[in-house]
Amino acid sequence: MAEFEPKIVAFVCNWCTYAGADLTGTSRIKYAHNVRMIRLPCTGRIDFMLLLKAFARGADGVIVSGCHPGDCHYTAGNYHARRRWILFRQLLDFLGFDIRRLHFAWVSAAEGAKWAETVNSVVEEVRRLGPFQNYQQLARAGIE
Amino acid sequence: MAQAKLLKNDSLKGLFAKLKASGRRILAPRGKPERILFEEVSSPEGMASKYIQTTLSAKSAVFPRCEELFQYRFEGKDVKIEDRQLDPPPTVIFGLRPCDASSFAVLNAVFSWDYQDAFFKSRLKNTAVIGISCRESDQYCFCTSVGGGPGDTKGSDILLTRQDSGDYLAEILTAKGQELVSLAPELFAPAPSAEKGKFLAQVPAHFEVKELSQKLPRLFDSGIWVEQSLRCLGCGACAFVCPTCVCFDIQDEADREAGSRLRCWDSCGFSLFTLHTSGHNPRSVQSQRWRQRLMHKFSYFPERLEVLGCVGCGRCARSCPADMNLLEHLQAIMEAP
Amino acid sequence: MDQLRKKARELLESGAVKTVIGYGQGSGKAVRAVFIRQPEQTEKLILDERCRQNLAVYLLKPEVKNLGKPAVVARLPVLRSILQLAAESQLADGQMVILGISPDGQLLDFASLKAVADYVSAQSLELPPPEREQLEQIEKKSPAERWNFWQEEFSRCVKCYACRASCPLCYCSRCAVECNQPQWISSASHARGNLEWHLVRAMHLAGRCVNCGDCARACPVGIPLNLLTRKLGEEVFKDFGLRAGTTPELKYALATFRPEDQEDFIR
Repeated sequence: MAEFEPKIVAFVCNWCTYAGADLTGTSRIKYAHNVRMIRLPCTGRIDFMLLLKAFARGADGVIVSGCHPGDCHYTAGNYHARRRWILFRQLLDFLGFDIRRLHFAWVSAAEGAKWAETVNSVVEEVRRLGPFQNYQQLARAGIE
Repeated sequence: MAQAKLLKNDSLKGLFAKLKASGRRILAPRGKPERILFEEVSSPEGMASKYIQTTLSAKSAVFPRCEELFQYRFEGKDVKIEDRQLDPPPTVIFGLRPCDASSFAVLNAVFSWDYQDAFFKSRLKNTAVIGISCRESDQYCFCTSVGGGPGDTKGSDILLTRQDSGDYLAEILTAKGQELVSLAPELFAPAPSAEKGKFLAQVPAHFEVKELSQKLPRLFDSGIWVEQSLRCLGCGACAFVCPTCVCFDIQDEADREAGSRLRCWDSCGFSLFTLHTSGHNPRSVQSQRWRQRLMHKFSYFPERLEVLGCVGCGRCARSCPADMNLLEHLQAIMEAP
Repeated sequence: MDQLRKKARELLESGAVKTVIGYGQGSGKAVRAVFIRQPEQTEKLILDERCRQNLAVYLLKPEVKNLGKPAVVARLPVLRSILQLAAESQLADGQMVILGISPDGQLLDFASLKAVADYVSAQSLELPPPEREQLEQIEKKSPAERWNFWQEEFSRCVKCYACRASCPLCYCSRCAVECNQPQWISSASHARGNLEWHLVRAMHLAGRCVNCGDCARACPVGIPLNLLTRKLGEEVFKDFGLRAGTTPELKYALATFRPEDQEDFIR
């Protein structure tokens, strides 16, 4: 039987993490292929509804990553994002949603190695957790 | 066709077992005192007994709150539609009040009006009703004002009336009802008396509904609608608990490969209900929507479909967060000049 | 109650307000919102422990606004709602007369929103023990137990939006759930749609909810959804030191930040 390959969606900011991921590539660092990147101008633009959409569409895990605090290309976008994530994560946990499937990181444009490490570690953790059945079962529940 | 039988209270367990064994799904009222809902059950154990009315109606058995109409797949430039097999499970709704039982005729009037709705029709065809008449009523009930009554047989296939002994007088009213009896004929004994009046609640009639239907069009431009709806919050609670409300929304939920078309409950009380694509909203304030609700149920329905759009169950008033109390408003309309 | 009726009567007689939004006799033993316009009708105003509904919700309704300048009977949650609405530029100082009611039923006179804010700041806004206990009961369950608990509760949700309609802070003319170009969250009442709605509602009320409990009271099927907004309200206070409805100046947790905001989950 084929090993479970988790589907990971990564929402990343253009200026830091996306550039950092680019560096991972140009540095020829190999990392897990399970991630699909969605590029946004800034983590400040990331609405939590986007994350819900990723899970609704079958993601087993989601990574959200942007510039380190203080380094945001738009000065403060990541500070706003950080507040949102603090609350969203608390709410998900309160609802019993498996927050081990939602990961956040600060990865700068120079941290090609960190991006690979982050992706690899999230993929391994989600692989251990298995497919996100709880959420995927919701898809057909309640429809007659 | 109505036959009167006696069904002992102890026999309910056996009846349910026979119904289940025949492959039927049984929906019965269960829950906490302040929140009784129709749920799928396999035995009468834990069924709610001392209550006036359930919170939600049983209309979801024939008109689900979220129903899939079909699925589709995108293949290149084509769309392949996969109709669903209309094979609803045979269902018995046990414990439906006479007001709710008569609501199916109202739903049917809409779903057979200009188009035979196959989804609704197939579910209705596969649904049988074992109703229970009302020994008690409360201030919100007004079935007798809208042509119904606590022991009314309309819409039930079998109507049970609980006698003081705890056993039920069972009126077998239709062929479907007869079919159910034939699953467990030994449980239905001849009834010593078919008299049920003394076991029924006294529900005074509050107004003459034909007069109401005739009066309403004259009040279209009255200021009464604003007065009555000032406290209305514009939610959908009344429409969704109502056994005869039938408005729905169509939602397509899809991704790039496939999708499904869903039919979901909707409410004319919502502010965006009548929003046009142009941006114009003919019912942009709550008073217009409140007027629509009443006129729809008590004027347009009798005029166009020859049924009244309300069965007097009182759920809307019990659930309304703003205490809109439909009966009170109807009485005020009757008294208005 | 007499103080209130007297004051209401004075306001109407002098023409200072055109309507008094308060509580009056409802169905059976209940009270309901009333809109008194005649001075002699002020005798109908009721004030007791049944008077829980958050009347601030009516201040933004067009047909209520059409009645003219209102006075509104305002217990603490209503005062906080008014402040929050003012902070969000939905209400202006002087747009209404606020008939404050203290916890022991005394009439409070507020000349301005600043006076309301001063009063609110002097109150304890900490969760009373039974309310904290309700949150803790859920927090101490395992994640799987919490998931099952909420899925069971949400399975009854029919998407009537009574929770939304009863909340003074849910005043968006186009709610996020009604947006379908593009459609972020499902408006249908299937399991995923219900979860998404309650998540979005809680997030959009984070730091704005005044814990009046009307949403849970309005819910026809008895889902304790005020626990979600209460939980986030507590988180906002714990993490960012802010509470909803304490000042007429906007201090919205999600529109501000501190460089030293703390978290322990970002790599």
